[in-house]
Amino acid sequence: MVEPVPKCVLVIGSGPIVIGQAAEFDYSGTQACLALKEEEIRVILVNNNPATIMTDPETADVVYSEPLTVDSLTRIIEKERPKGLLATVGGQTGLNLAVQLQEQGVLDRFGVKLLGTPVETIRQGEDRQAFREMMKRIGEPVTKGKTVSTTEEALHFAESIGYPVMIRPAYTLGGFGGGTAGNEAELTRVARQGLAASPIGQILVEENIRGWKEIEYEMMRDSADTCIAVCNMENIDPVGVHTGDSLVTAPTQTLTDGQCRLLHSVACKVIRELQVIGGCNIQFAVHPDTGDYRIIEVNPRVSRSSALASKATGYPIARLAAKVSIGYRLDECLNPVTGHTFASFEPALDYVAVKLPCWPFNKFPDGDRSLGTRMKATGEVMALGRNLETALYKGIRSLDQNRDTLLQPEFGKWSDGELEKGLTQPDDRRLFVLAEAFRRGWKLEDLHRLTAIHPWFLRRIRDMVALENEMASLSWEDLSDDQLMHAKEKGVADSALAGWLSVDEGKIRERLHRIGRHPSYKWVDTCAGEFEAESPYFYSSWQGDDEVPSPKEGRRVLVLGAGPIRIGQGIEFDYCSVHGAKSLKKQGVTSVVVNNNPETVSTDYAIADRLYFEPLTVEDVLRVAEKEQVDGVLVQYGGQTAVQLVRGLEEAGLSILGTSADIIDSVEDRRRFYSLLRELEIPHIPGMTANTLQEALQAADQLGYPLLLRPSYVIGGQGMQVVRKQEQLEAAMTRYLRSLPEQAYPILLDRFVEGMEVEVDAVTDGKDLLIPTVVQHVERAGVHSGDSLSILAAPHLSEKQRETVVEFTGRIARALSHAGLINIQFVVEGETVYVLEVNPRASRTIPVISKVTGLPLVEWATRVQLGESLASFAPLGLQPAPPRWAVKGPVFSTPKLPGVDPALGPEMRSTGEVLGLGGTLEEAMAKVLPLAFNGPLPPVTAGTRLFLSISDDSGETGEWASLLIRQGIRLFATPRTAEVLGKRRQVPVETVTPDRWEDWFRQGGPSLLFSPATGGEGQEGFRLRQMALEWEVPCFTSPDTLQWWIRIGRAGKPKDVPVIPLYRTKEKEVVWG
Amino acid sequence: MRAYLVFEDGEVFPGTWIGTPREVPGEVVFTTGMTGFPGVMTDPAHAGQIVTFTYPLIGNCGPALEGVDQDLPRCAGVVVSGLCEEEGVGDWLDRHGVPGITGVDTRKVVRKVRKSGAIRGMISSTPTLRVKTWPANCSLQWVTETTVQDRIQLPAPSPEAPHLVLIDLGTDTSTLEHLRRQGCRVTVVPFSTPPGEIKQLAPEGLLFSGGPGDPKALLPFLKGWQALLLHRIPTLGVGLGHQVLALACGADTERLACGHRGNNHPVKETETGRVWITSQNHGYTVTASSLNPAHWVVTHRHVQDGSVEGLAHCLQPLSSIQFHLDNPAAEGVFLRFLHQVKAKTEVEIHG
Repeated sequence: MVEPVPKCVLVIGSGPIVIGQAAEFDYSGTQACLALKEEEIRVILVNNNPATIMTDPETADVVYSEPLTVDSLTRIIEKERPKGLLATVGGQTGLNLAVQLQEQGVLDRFGVKLLGTPVETIRQGEDRQAFREMMKRIGEPVTKGKTVSTTEEALHFAESIGYPVMIRPAYTLGGFGGGTAGNEAELTRVARQGLAASPIGQILVEENIRGWKEIEYEMMRDSADTCIAVCNMENIDPVGVHTGDSLVTAPTQTLTDGQCRLLHSVACKVIRELQVIGGCNIQFAVHPDTGDYRIIEVNPRVSRSSALASKATGYPIARLAAKVSIGYRLDECLNPVTGHTFASFEPALDYVAVKLPCWPFNKFPDGDRSLGTRMKATGEVMALGRNLETALYKGIRSLDQNRDTLLQPEFGKWSDGELEKGLTQPDDRRLFVLAEAFRRGWKLEDLHRLTAIHPWFLRRIRDMVALENEMASLSWEDLSDDQLMHAKEKGVADSALAGWLSVDEGKIRERLHRIGRHPSYKWVDTCAGEFEAESPYFYSSWQGDDEVPSPKEGRRVLVLGAGPIRIGQGIEFDYCSVHGAKSLKKQGVTSVVVNNNPETVSTDYAIADRLYFEPLTVEDVLRVAEKEQVDGVLVQYGGQTAVQLVRGLEEAGLSILGTSADIIDSVEDRRRFYSLLRELEIPHIPGMTANTLQEALQAADQLGYPLLLRPSYVIGGQGMQVVRKQEQLEAAMTRYLRSLPEQAYPILLDRFVEGMEVEVDAVTDGKDLLIPTVVQHVERAGVHSGDSLSILAAPHLSEKQRETVVEFTGRIARALSHAGLINIQFVVEGETVYVLEVNPRASRTIPVISKVTGLPLVEWATRVQLGESLASFAPLGLQPAPPRWAVKGPVFSTPKLPGVDPALGPEMRSTGEVLGLGGTLEEAMAKVLPLAFNGPLPPVTAGTRLFLSISDDSGETGEWASLLIRQGIRLFATPRTAEVLGKRRQVPVETVTPDRWEDWFRQGGPSLLFSPATGGEGQEGFRLRQMALEWEVPCFTSPDTLQWWIRIGRAGKPKDVPVIPLYRTKEKEVVWG
Repeated sequence: MRAYLVFEDGEVFPGTWIGTPREVPGEVVFTTGMTGFPGVMTDPAHAGQIVTFTYPLIGNCGPALEGVDQDLPRCAGVVVSGLCEEEGVGDWLDRHGVPGITGVDTRKVVRKVRKSGAIRGMISSTPTLRVKTWPANCSLQWVTETTVQDRIQLPAPSPEAPHLVLIDLGTDTSTLEHLRRQGCRVTVVPFSTPPGEIKQLAPEGLLFSGGPGDPKALLPFLKGWQALLLHRIPTLGVGLGHQVLALACGADTERLACGHRGNNHPVKETETGRVWITSQNHGYTVTASSLNPAHWVVTHRHVQDGSVEGLAHCLQPLSSIQFHLDNPAAEGVFLRFLHQVKAKTEVEIHG
């Protein structure tokens, strides 16, 4: 090593989860921090996402949960005086901050050295023009294009190269703000959006290479100039669909050896020129016929693709990128997966890895589900198979959308025209649409013409459809053992076979058992078997021998993961799964993890004693459980995905730890739940169930409006709705009946109580319980708990209310005889405390509460599930409030999902969360609130223009409106709002008529919009909120949130708020606060 | 049709026949490359070997199969996990009389080969071993089968192109193509060509090509080649040629425990510390301890097992590499060689 290794390094995390920047950075960041700590480097981490393993005391020495801004980072640097900065594991956020810190002289001022890839490289990778010039210099082709800063320039350039053109904004996440344009009008619109989205106001207008193969190379380079390709990947969807939204295979499937070698050498040339030290992702477009290529993009950092490549190959890119950044050479570092090979060895795969994206459209039926150059997926799954078919089938199962086949009845109803449209303009259903087209006998050539997907992939899909048709034509008696085995070797699920053959799923397993067949598990060893592997990372196949050694003596417990990141089931559950596995280890129990999400820490080979990369279905989990001869299964950490498997696993004879299908049913089945609450003398909100519109209307008559509607058994409040009158109820019921699967029934109708929502997470052994804190929601009931600003320690509860909450929690926990974690949601109205719902499992607040209180909730929950009594090791009852104020805020990705209403409601919409800490509640809130609106909020002073759209005002508006006017804020309103506020309440407002909105927004008119979904403006309100998204104007939709803006705005400038670490480690002692 | 891969120790792997239903015994080896199956099957260095592909889908890179008919499959057999039928790998093998087996648990085969080192087997229609005599590795048979029959003069890319004589121990077409692209005039001669005859061709540079089998099978020819080397013609050895040169200069060779076969082999350039990823296909290696440090510089080493991957002679214009010539890692070596060739020519002209 040439230079001395810095003894203290600042690592920038990527912050809250948004579309385009998700859990992969927790995985990468955790690996990087641990790699640095191994070298006895003190790691200072800044990341305000509490639902991460990265922010655990085991991962970093000091953690700041502060906003990721130059200002707070400068103050942290000043306080901690790190000698090095690692910015390449914090996504685009980390890179942008590194560039800014360098440009503003902060790094020089405090003598901080940027580790790894130099800032100049980052700039060249990001600044499209600089990048093009560099590629020109080394003679590598890029797409014809030009960076422009105005729409006029864009139009002019497009004229010169011809339409259609592609538009990409500089410095944005997940291609946000980009698109393609086929003519002047489209370009005018897309260019404008792109320019607005780019923080530096630049977009690139490029030649259209839609339909070319999209290929990615994951490269590594060290300071001795060694360059290797860890993995190459091919998008099944050609150029035109964002790689984050594409089906991806690793390795490439349709490139020739010559093409691979060529791209490999080009990739090496590029990272040499860029002087990358660490990881780098390079995207190519390859012409399907001529082999002509273009370099599309270079990301000189770890990325979503590098996380995928790490999991697909077993090569820990982020860990090695960190080592290389402090001066190690690749040939000095051992690859920990084999323990025998060095990191300069390029992985060889002997399986096919497939990634399928997971989109949020089932939650947003009104959103625009078409796929293009902006990424819309919230998460992804990966599947491994000895053939592509198996990997695809496993991938489909892993998506957890109740699908296990390519042929889906819903597409059988589509007209040919609809089908053709679905093929030419891809959306999230593309794979199934393709299958349906094959079922109808459409020709492969035609499908190739419509989709530009390579015929090799189309043939695989065609063969899968043929197999499904064949299976569906057989009867159980006719099916030969060979046919059965053929289907299993192609990855077909027992459940799919059971469906076609009209037999019970168990019968398939019985038969396979009878003929002596079971899955053969294989190792992921990075070297195709050439060397012995040490890391226990496996996948199933139905070919040949089971090569995974049989379990040794001792207790073994299986932990179910949560699958892909979705709205409503995010990274919080991965945090819980990881801690579940870790605490098993600590208890001397062998941990077996099953999960399928390549972005997460739980699927890092270093977490579990045994990792199985498999779908989370009864079949796949049961097979692993049998193979591993587990003593029990932990189901409470994997969200609803895991919980819904409980009954099937139980019926198959597995022992579920801590809970049971019956306990879960007793709180999820409304009738049983209400009778339980009645027995315990706990009030619940009056509610009824309905299967039909008629029943719903009858229920409404008895309960009265407003009503809260929700389907049974759903995650994240999917399909929840508040209705205030009969027409709304009718509309909602009609939509349910049209779109919901069978298990969503009956629909639940509750009287809607608009009180304060409170929630409790507790650890219980069925006898005693521990309540770390009570959490209060800022927004009143009706806003989904996952989207609420949450204040820990619930300061606005009266002592009496708090006692009642604790008392009810205890009663419920004891009555259920459930051991482990339990989450209970309450609504408090006056002195009445209603119980809304009980979740006998980990909730999304577990990580943030664990972080703030310092209590190892998952570890304790695991111990009670293993049979220990809580009282024997943990404090009991409600714990004292944490020393500082802590606020958890939601973060939304709605700007990336056109057509989705950002208004808060009972349906969860946020993708991530942030934690703010402060000496006062206002300080904590100030660190969180702006992030809920994707950017800084205007000050509560003169110069701010607030636009109001609240025509069915409940009365409270007058108060704060007058206050704002006293602060010098100008109030504007829609005509109807002006009518209500101006005339009825004498608030001086200026009216802006709908015809002027567009222009007014364009001219930067409003600095803030207030427009609740219940604002009574209907479609007009929706239009306003969409405009606010488009023009990046903060849009408040709940009066409670708006009140906090006023409160923190008046409390002082956020700049004066001190930076305080979440905790710091001093001589192995963790000190909180 | 049912087929079995039967090992000499009696272990049997079931599968389905592909290619020609012919029983050919040979050493079972595995290659870890994920692309370039036709290139592997046609590599003469695989002569006499039954090649197991670790990548489970063979024939997916369709276009690469087109136009390979000019090259023959050279291996004795092919073992794969899965085949993309439509691409016709089986038909192509059959046209050239090469047997194969698909549907095999290739990971298990690899594990077996890894553990037992050199092990032989046969693709057979019965699950029993029916081999009477096994072909020997240390036999001239392999080189004889793969070398050119007669001298071939390849067209010169330009009139002033340097003239190389390639002593063909079983070279592949990609090497020849590479030499042409590098602007060389190449005469390919059978390996058994007498040194005097080679000298008469007035080579400006000599190239000992890659090829199959144990280098020690060529011991009877070393004397002649030693005489040739005395003329101080710049010489480059590749693959088997690298091993032969080392033997000719007094070093020794040995078997590798498990061979290097694939596209991902890291090789360290000792001078710069830079590591290159190379493609390789060899089962033997130059014994490091047999190299006289006064005569040899080890220019390249395998990162994984430290084995010798490149040599330069201190006293003679002689260098050699164990990995394939058309690798970026070979670029520097080849340029130095060409430089020697050109420098030498100039000296002769002026001298």
